[in-house]
Amino acid sequence: MTRFGLLLCCLIFPAIGWGADPVAIPPLSARVTDLTATLSAEQNAALDASLERIEREKGAQVAILMLPTTQPESIEQFGIRLAEAWKIGRWRVNDGVIVIVAKDDHGARIEVGRALEGAVPDVVAKRIVADVMAPKFKAGDFAGGLQSAVAALAGSIGGEALPAPAAQPASASGTENHFIYLFLALMLGGVLRSLLGLFGAIVAAVVAGWLAWTIFASWIAAIIAAAITVLFSFARGGGRGWSAGGSGGALGGGFSGPSSGGGGFSGGGGEFGGGGASGNW
Amino acid sequence: MRIRLFAMVLVAVAMLSGCGYNQIQINDEGVNAAWAEVLNQYKRRADLIPNLVAVVQGYAAHEKEVLTKVTEARASVAGLKATPELVNDEAAFAKFQKAQADLGGALARLLVVAENYPQLKADANFRDLQAQLEGTENRITVARNRYIKSVQDYNISVRTFPNSLTATVMGWKTKANFTVEDEKAIAAPPVIKFDSPAPAGK
Repeated sequence: MTRFGLLLCCLIFPAIGWGADPVAIPPLSARVTDLTATLSAEQNAALDASLERIEREKGAQVAILMLPTTQPESIEQFGIRLAEAWKIGRWRVNDGVIVIVAKDDHGARIEVGRALEGAVPDVVAKRIVADVMAPKFKAGDFAGGLQSAVAALAGSIGGEALPAPAAQPASASGTENHFIYLFLALMLGGVLRSLLGLFGAIVAAVVAGWLAWTIFASWIAAIIAAAITVLFSFARGGGRGWSAGGSGGALGGGFSGPSSGGGGFSGGGGEFGGGGASGNW
Repeated sequence: MRIRLFAMVLVAVAMLSGCGYNQIQINDEGVNAAWAEVLNQYKRRADLIPNLVAVVQGYAAHEKEVLTKVTEARASVAGLKATPELVNDEAAFAKFQKAQADLGGALARLLVVAENYPQLKADANFRDLQAQLEGTENRITVARNRYIKSVQDYNISVRTFPNSLTATVMGWKTKANFTVEDEKAIAAPPVIKFDSPAPAGK
């Protein structure tokens, strides 16, 4: 009977394994995403507060995902897919960490962004998974395990020299916004150029020049900005818009930045290279 | 006169981006970057091996065969010149890939053997090295997948019209990509025996 059952398993399981689609990436809306309804509202809030403190003090983003299973993928495959979709961590700094708990698989993984591979090397990540999280998870204490893991991560990240966290929204409207205007002027140059020809490009160049002058208080910067605007608008008018694709996307990612306060949370554009460690309990 | 000159420059720029020259250059650089990352991670793995072998030797010195295999595989990897130009040479690329796959196989066997030595498994040094090795293997997988994607982009940009004309004129060829390692092993059905009692595993 058991033999027959085993045979049946062999026949059925590959079919399920190959036929099933990979788990969809859940949308990112908070630092703690619990799809298993394991954490209570208070536990969730406590974890969120700890993660928020890390971001406020160091700028690094840490997110937690609890889900039932990552099958048919391994947790590593799912992890890198998740990391590429969520883009936790600041753009160009790549200081993001994602803690993944696949509850029914009894598997956990810490996915580490490129810049933190020194602060949280694989060995440390493995120890956090195996020695901090696993024992508590085994006892059913998921909130406690995650809280200790976050504390351990905060300790490791705390020792790393990272760029200072961005100023709070109140002061973010300084020069940064002017840069956005400057960028918009570049885009506007392309549009005006296609509508009005040379005249439109000149108008946009004057606007860009004036903006550059207000930001840098230097005529040289103003002239350079104006020249770039003219070049951009002609390049866009002539070719297939190669410049807009490259720099537009990159700048957009940069300014979306880490969100702070409020209810929403989004990744800043951090990159992952597959660093970190996984383990079972 | 000046306007005519300007128009000519404009047309030249338009033609340059129209023939895909820029696109191919961008994709080519993407492939180079992705390949550098692959090499970087392979190097990282190779660097871990001496310590790993030393630790395993301390507990399981008589597992000579497995240990020599790993050392030999690492030596043959080190013997190959891992240069960025490798991506343009199909034969050398295949050889490099074979050597790395052999090393990966030898390492996997070493870890399986290590499972039989509880003391070794409990050794803090070994645990750390194992974590590093797992992390590196995962990084290799990620880097290889990114390389595969970037080569796909490059090859498409070289082979599609009208870029293909530019590529022919400039003598640019498609780049080598990774294939599935040991296809035979995957194609062969696993042997399942019901007679002997299952070994006490997990």
